Amino acid sequence: MSRGGATAITSTNQDDAGLEAIFCAEAISKIYTMGEVKVHALRGVDLELYGGELVVLLGASGSGKSTLLNILGGLDVPTSGSVRYRDHELSQYGQRELTRYRLDHVGFIFQFYNLIPSLTARENVALVTEISKNPMTPEDALALVDMQDRLDHFPAQLSGGEQQRVAVARAIAKRPEVLLCDEPTGALDVATGITVLEAIGKVNSEIGTTTVVITHNAVIGGMADRIITLADGSIVDVQRNDRKLQAHELVW
Amino acid sequence: MIIASGVGVMVMGLSALEALEETTQAYYERYRFADVFAGVNRAPEGVVRQLAEISGVSSVETRINKLAMLDIADFDQPVIAQLVSIPERSEPLLNRLVLREGRFVAPGAPDEVVLNEPFAIAHELSPGDQLHAIVNGKRRRLDIVGVALSPEFVYALGPGSLMPDDLRYGIVWMGRDALAAAYDLAGAFNFVSLALLPGTQPNAVIESVDNLLSPYGGESAVARENQLSNWFLMNELDQVRTFSRILPSIFLIVAAFLTNMVLARLIAIERAEIGLLKSFGYSNFQIAWHYAKLVIAMSLVGIVLGWMIGAGLGRYNTMTYANMFHFPLLIFRPNPMVFVLAGLISLIAALIGCLGAVAKAVRLPPAEAMRPPEPAQYKQGLLTRLRVVRALDQSSRIVLRQLTRRPWRSAFTSLGVAFSVAVMVMALQWLDSIETMVDVYFNDAQRQDAMIALNQPQPSRVVNDFLHLPGVLAAEPLRWVGADFHVGSRMHRGAIQAVTPDAGLQLVYDVRGHSIRVPPDGLVIGTELAKKLDVSIGDMVWVKIRDGRRPEVQLPVIELVETYIDLPAYMDLAALNRLLRESPRTDMVNVLIDHARTDEFYSELKQMPRVSAVMFRQSAINNFRDTMAETIVIFVNFFGAFAAALGFGVVYNSARITLSERGRELASLRVLGFSRAAISYILLAEVGLLILLALPLGCLIGWSLAWFIVKTSFENELFRLPLVIYPSSYGIAICITLLATVVSAVLVRRRLDRLDLIAVLKTRE
Ligand SMILES: Nc1ncnc2c1ncn2[C@@H]1O[C@H](COP(=O)(O)OP(=O)(O)OP(=O)(O)O)[C@@H](O)[C@H]1O
Ligand SMILES: [Mg+2]
Repeated sequence: MSRGGATAITSTNQDDAGLEAIFCAEAISKIYTMGEVKVHALRGVDLELYGGELVVLLGASGSGKSTLLNILGGLDVPTSGSVRYRDHELSQYGQRELTRYRLDHVGFIFQFYNLIPSLTARENVALVTEISKNPMTPEDALALVDMQDRLDHFPAQLSGGEQQRVAVARAIAKRPEVLLCDEPTGALDVATGITVLEAIGKVNSEIGTTTVVITHNAVIGGMADRIITLADGSIVDVQRNDRKLQAHELVW
Repeated sequence: MIIASGVGVMVMGLSALEALEETTQAYYERYRFADVFAGVNRAPEGVVRQLAEISGVSSVETRINKLAMLDIADFDQPVIAQLVSIPERSEPLLNRLVLREGRFVAPGAPDEVVLNEPFAIAHELSPGDQLHAIVNGKRRRLDIVGVALSPEFVYALGPGSLMPDDLRYGIVWMGRDALAAAYDLAGAFNFVSLALLPGTQPNAVIESVDNLLSPYGGESAVARENQLSNWFLMNELDQVRTFSRILPSIFLIVAAFLTNMVLARLIAIERAEIGLLKSFGYSNFQIAWHYAKLVIAMSLVGIVLGWMIGAGLGRYNTMTYANMFHFPLLIFRPNPMVFVLAGLISLIAALIGCLGAVAKAVRLPPAEAMRPPEPAQYKQGLLTRLRVVRALDQSSRIVLRQLTRRPWRSAFTSLGVAFSVAVMVMALQWLDSIETMVDVYFNDAQRQDAMIALNQPQPSRVVNDFLHLPGVLAAEPLRWVGADFHVGSRMHRGAIQAVTPDAGLQLVYDVRGHSIRVPPDGLVIGTELAKKLDVSIGDMVWVKIRDGRRPEVQLPVIELVETYIDLPAYMDLAALNRLLRESPRTDMVNVLIDHARTDEFYSELKQMPRVSAVMFRQSAINNFRDTMAETIVIFVNFFGAFAAALGFGVVYNSARITLSERGRELASLRVLGFSRAAISYILLAEVGLLILLALPLGCLIGWSLAWFIVKTSFENELFRLPLVIYPSSYGIAICITLLATVVSAVLVRRRLDRLDLIAVLKTRE
């Protein structure tokens, strides 16, 4: 597997990896009100994420994983509690600042790849590199996920796994400090899922991007520094791995 | 909404037209408007029996018509009255009056008069008021006893004037005995109206009437269709017809087009559901029927709404016109067929749009239909290779690819907007054309301030008398004689204007806009008359002059002139006098007046016994503009409003549909950190580009529509609209469209701002 290592550039925060808490969430809850019914998606979650670590979020369906991730990523705001990312008080932010925050610091990967169908792989990545401050070239980003041969293909001409890798490239091309993945392999078969996880793991180790991966597959926890389990809107378990596995070492 | 406005316009136009036509018919019938009219110098009553015996004639009524100058307190300009006799002891047989106020004249009260209503209103006169008139050279006081309307004078056009002027020209009905006494016409008449039996051709009757009356100085009889007021009214109705038929059709087609487009796109979005239904075992027909029902229900709402709007506006429109024409009655019984027709057209358009899209969806196997629509085949097209395009940022690239991937849809949207621009341009074009017409006819060609008509031809030196009136800077003779033009079987009944070669107050222009001298040995005629007679320069025309000793001569056409108004024919004054074997005479005088001294001029003029009519240029311009504008402005406003609604509908709907189709893509971009403005750009730039394309296209289509309508339906003998569109009209149409665009952009933008990112991303494409 080609490693495209030339593009691995050291993040400024790597020195603090595992030490400095870059995310600090305190007692966040999220309540969805639907008419009379109130759904508590999160009930007072406290959480710290450290620079450069890879966290896997586990939990039953409806336990609030996506809600938590969306709040961390500035797609949503908590009903109460505070979320701080470095010196950004996310829970206080309005739309405009959240957009800015997402643009400057966060990369997202979703179960559905959400590529722009009218743009080629390269252009999909360029979409982000054009508007960020310190991006890699689209070619380098795609090489990092092993997609350097499919630069000018449109999404419809790529397989699901390939599309997801383009999505990874698009997410990391701006060298985000945080990479948030919501079931990145949910729509893929095992082998393809591994190539995608491979790419995510590589970004985490080579660029030092703080990474959160939501999954239903406990096996993936093997790649993580920490495994956090949610149940019914609360954190019920945190495990620390002594040794992170490579994606291809995971045993299904 | 689109359906509603389409149906509305059509119903409005057609019902208004029908109502006007019916009302006119009813008015004419109820008040016994005559079928043939003839003037004579003086004929004895005995002729009536002979006239009544002409086959096809059902009744005959004679009367006395005379022009007189009025002097109305508080109105300093001279006013011309058409004095018309009515029987004192009974109602007239023909051309009955509609009494609006007061009573008819009483027997033995020679000073009592009835005024026609528009004139009375213009001067705020009512029964009990008085006015002065110079009747047969004698100044008399007249008592107003009544105010009335007549089918004969729906439009009261003064001698030689193009447009009615209720301030300076009025109809005054007087007792027959009183007028006979004043003009020494006891036992005689100078005007006769005839009613014909149903189905009688007026031409044969006219010939017999002409033969009978010619010994008495008959001016050839005219049929109802050439009767001035009716002719004018019919011209106006023609205008209404144009607006009511052609324009709503265009509008309905555009509306149908849009309905079709919107529905097709709506259903394209629903293809997944269609696939699902099919997988449940529904047949294609059941699915098609399901959507057809949906569309029918939607259209019905629009159609019923359109009916209501249309009927309401139609009624309003009819009333406006009826008021304008001073109709004493109003029949508004919209024909149900109009409603059915408008509804059907819209419904069919909607169904075609819907079924086309459903057919496309059901043809797919269910599994495929449920999959995201078309695996979006984008190509690295030619466009992409252009350097300009390469230099574009990705957002713009998205916009361009989107546009080129769906060229038909893009074209559709563009065309829709273009049509709305076009309809507006076309509507505004009327006003421009009228303005141009006024400009060319009155400002360029007519330099005189007033045209004075004499009660009979006078020796040319009379011009000097006018030159000596206070304030008169220049005076030129003009002679206006009735004439029939014959070329082969083609005939035109018109008039010849005879001018002096060096006339400076009334200029004659040739086709290229150069002023020309009227040659001494032939005719200069308008291009439209040339067309009517099918002659060109050098051809000979038989001219029968209906004046003096009634000479008939053959004259060559020397020159053609382009005019927008009337069908003029000019010849040299001296040549005309020679033809008539008369010493130099004139019956009109053009004068140029020192504007500081107009008051003096008016008061002197009022005292001149030989003057039978005065036409002031400025008031003629105002009148012309008002009369033309009156009919047209109503429609221009409606069309402007509807077109704006249409433009808005297209823009808003296409932006909204695009939003619903591409919400996911736009949400993804938001997640990537694109601001709201940035994604609005992607969505709105697409719409914006299409509109940018649409604007020039719309101007072009608008021009073509205007051209088509001007050429096909706005050429009558009274006037021909020049095809003139001021840049400002394009500007206004463009501005209104842009405004509609901005409003819809703001609305869509608000939807964009509410885009639920998380919800969109949770679902699969
Ligand atoms: N927009 C919403 N309105 C109402 N309730 C919501 C909304 N979004 C999420 N919820 C509720 O919040 C709870 C948590 O949802 P969340 O999407 O975070 O779960 P999850 O852990 O990601 O589940 P899954 O593994 O199935 O993706 C659920 O009970 C869900 O029903
Ligand atoms: Mg989830």
